[in-house]
Amino acid sequence: MIIGIDVGGTNTDAVLLSSSSIEKKIKVPTDSEDLFNTILSSFTRLLDNIDPKKIQRVVISTTLTTNAIVQQNMDPVGMIVSAGPGIDPRVFSTGEHYYCVTGSINHRGREKAPINKMEIEDIAKRMKKAGIEYVGVVSKFCVRNPSHEMLIKRILNKYFKKVFLGHHVSGNLNFPRRIATTHLNAAVFSLHKSFFEAVKQSLEEMGLMVPIQILKADGGTMTFESSMSFPGQTVLSGPAASIMGAIPYAPENQDAIVLDIGGTTTDIAFLVNKAPLLEPVGIRRGQYKSLIRSLRTESKGIGGDSAVRVKDKELVIGPDRKGPAMAFGGQEPTPTDALVVLGLMDEGDQENAKEGIHKIAEQLCVTDEEAADQIFKKCCSVILKKTFEMIDKLNSKPVYTVHEFLEGYKISPRKILLLGGPAPYFAKKIEELYHIETDAVPESSVANAIGAALARTTCEVSLNADTELGIVTAHEEDFAEPISKTYSDDDLVETAYTLLKEKAVNSGADPDNLDEVEVVEFQKFNIVRNFSPRGKIFRAKMQLKPGLIKGFEKVLQ
Amino acid sequence: MLKALNKTGLVFFPAFDWAIDPTHPEREERLLYTQDQFTEEGIFDISGIIEYKPDLVTPDDIRRAHFCVPDEKTITTQSHLISAGGAKAIADAVLNHEVKSGFALVRPPGHHSMRVSHGGRGFCHINIEAIMVEYIRSQFGVKKIAIIDTDCHHGDGTNDIFWHDPDVLFISLHQDGRTMYPGSGFPDELGGPNAKGSNLNIPLPPGTSTEGYLYVIKNCVLPVLEEFKPDLIVNSAGQDNHYTDPLTNMNFSAQGYAELTSLLKPDIAVLEGGYSIEGALPYVNLGIILAMAGLDYSGVVEPDYNPERLRQTVSITDKIKKTTSLVNSYWNQKDTLRQKAGRIGDLVVRHREVFYDTDNIFERQKEKVRICRDCGGCFEIDSKATPGHHILAVHIPINACHSCKETGYRFFDQADVNKFDKVFLQDRPKDIYEIK
Repeated sequence: MIIGIDVGGTNTDAVLLSSSSIEKKIKVPTDSEDLFNTILSSFTRLLDNIDPKKIQRVVISTTLTTNAIVQQNMDPVGMIVSAGPGIDPRVFSTGEHYYCVTGSINHRGREKAPINKMEIEDIAKRMKKAGIEYVGVVSKFCVRNPSHEMLIKRILNKYFKKVFLGHHVSGNLNFPRRIATTHLNAAVFSLHKSFFEAVKQSLEEMGLMVPIQILKADGGTMTFESSMSFPGQTVLSGPAASIMGAIPYAPENQDAIVLDIGGTTTDIAFLVNKAPLLEPVGIRRGQYKSLIRSLRTESKGIGGDSAVRVKDKELVIGPDRKGPAMAFGGQEPTPTDALVVLGLMDEGDQENAKEGIHKIAEQLCVTDEEAADQIFKKCCSVILKKTFEMIDKLNSKPVYTVHEFLEGYKISPRKILLLGGPAPYFAKKIEELYHIETDAVPESSVANAIGAALARTTCEVSLNADTELGIVTAHEEDFAEPISKTYSDDDLVETAYTLLKEKAVNSGADPDNLDEVEVVEFQKFNIVRNFSPRGKIFRAKMQLKPGLIKGFEKVLQ
Repeated sequence: MLKALNKTGLVFFPAFDWAIDPTHPEREERLLYTQDQFTEEGIFDISGIIEYKPDLVTPDDIRRAHFCVPDEKTITTQSHLISAGGAKAIADAVLNHEVKSGFALVRPPGHHSMRVSHGGRGFCHINIEAIMVEYIRSQFGVKKIAIIDTDCHHGDGTNDIFWHDPDVLFISLHQDGRTMYPGSGFPDELGGPNAKGSNLNIPLPPGTSTEGYLYVIKNCVLPVLEEFKPDLIVNSAGQDNHYTDPLTNMNFSAQGYAELTSLLKPDIAVLEGGYSIEGALPYVNLGIILAMAGLDYSGVVEPDYNPERLRQTVSITDKIKKTTSLVNSYWNQKDTLRQKAGRIGDLVVRHREVFYDTDNIFERQKEKVRICRDCGGCFEIDSKATPGHHILAVHIPINACHSCKETGYRFFDQADVNKFDKVFLQDRPKDIYEIK
């Protein structure tokens, strides 16, 4: 049996699955002051009357790091950054204890200016004096040549508990995002570590000995141990859990929209032939941009509990939530109250809901039913409008080769999958308004926990081979090997596959679940100087796709 | 996070799968390091820098600027259509006021392509700026446009296309034609009889450094622009003036390019040449986009930059000053020069020869233009290419007066189809193109 737990902002959902069915499902309010207790009580309830030895797998998704960022509740950490030519690196400051140092590496990975060891020693002493325990080190173009970062780390090691290096974060270029991501990993490390150590210990006390898997933003899992270097990857795993939960119901060889309608927000995502779309570079949320691999989701501030008001004779829904729906004891009318008034939802207090909707109806000068219908329609249209905007944006994504331009894949979803509490009520209305086949996912209120339970391990490797320089590297994996002039496309793919397999197994992947590998990027260039060929540059990215583990297909029938 | 002072559009189309041939300077790798630098700097994340997808130009777009022989399809590849389409996409973004200015970082380039194009010359098959400018004029009704070509080679194609057009001011700064392909672009090349002075050519001696370039911009280009008052400024932003470029002999720098851009304030910049793909392009392109966006570019300095070593000699400075004052005096005499060019209604004949180095074609042209004070004047070009075709091409300018429209149609109607493989008519006022 396996367990999936998704600790959300409002509720925590948990499921216990056997290979044939959902054995238990629970939903409890999240105590954001004490996530540890929320998780523990969920486990206690799931394991009631169950032999813990029967549990083969545990996957947890939490808002721990997300909350820490939102509440600015992170450890002060030091950052050392070396840039060289380009935009002034002080622009990307992460706050106090941010130091820009000499040293420069160019786009080919050649050293252009050395590191000044004295300068680093000096900064180390100052940070140590200020009480800093964790430090991030990022140099520009370190993914081409990490030697400066490694040199700085050697100097810092004796002063600090742990040093985080930029080239371990991702194989992608993007210096500002790498600074932000390395800083995040360093800043949430101690919180993440102590939290999951406590969880692990408590589970062991309950007799649950299997390794804990933690859900990442890209809808894949990693083991507790491998999460230690990249705790930032657990940010925004919540939306990922839901999307993974929709996969079993997505059509094959077609595109689908996933809408997770929550209390305050609706998350929007896309599946192409049952595989979720990923962010091209990493998580973006407003001003915050990172290199954290993530599913492509966008949030719209509208949900079942959004505040409904009338402004200039126009209905305005959200983006704020003033509390639960009036039908459930709240003070302000919400879309959920509209559902109650329309008779679509049996639960809740009819009278309270009516009272709320009546206030809106008076301002709009219509009947209560008409007001409720308008609110409902408006919710659907706001969500769908945002969805269509996202599709347009995805389809107008710039491409860099003639082939991609001419063969460019266009997303054209034929199906909508709805998740979240109000999903079943919305499905019919959306289908009626937009003429797109729309289904509420079965067990839609705990689909996120099912998604977490079934998510398989994901990872990615980026390789760069340069036959002029005679080297193939995957610096993210601390891998570098000499190559000959005759190194080929096939050689690179083979090297990539070996590295990916190793990384996947180390992150807790089941060696039987390693067939969903794909090359996501491949580029080849001739290096020519003074009209004669000097060698070739190959670049490849290979990933283990987000998807579900095998052996639980029956649960979802 | 960084926020651009000016909303800036960017089309980035490196055509990573297209080359003239594997070791040609115009090949796949050319913008690779620029892409790496841009990506690493986080350019695409800067708030206010908006990336656009290139369009694909249609034969109709090309037919506003060119007579392609035998036709558009034969002399272009998909890559040319996307490159020109990149410039067109930026034009749309700027003219629809989505952005204040924009940079089309595309390849292959186009500024050696002339109005009649039998194939490739100087790595160019179709002129991407000219196609864009003609699109802007037809689509948005913009009247006066200035094109400042800062590529190290004379922009002879653009110069040719707007030779007779008094509403398009073309200024080219380039390495002296006596030392550099294509061997043209001298100060006395001022445009056709109806447009004298609306083409200005400023040859610079080999060894010109940042100081010299900025001198010309401040003492010639900016004052002339001030007087011409264009509705739109286009920069053909070639980057081969750089001190590391393998094909040229100049000493320009990334800082210089960025400063030139902030002085010129182009509405649209389009990449042209530039073949120092590792040492120059990543830094020059970064300097240009930051300058356009109004961001600090003071840190964009090549790792091996040494201003002392690149300083220009006194004799170079003197030469540049002389050329500048000569060009300025031509500009000041432009009205007199046009008056002297001939009597209204006369047909002025010009003979010339064009060599296509990329495709090894030799072309002979005989051009007849009608002297006119009300518009650019209609003209016909009798063009014979070896190997290739013999054609007659008739052009009626976009703001043509009644007489020039009539004369243009007379040229077309009277053309003997037995004498030519094809006869073309480019009627810009009606935006139509006919072939017989």
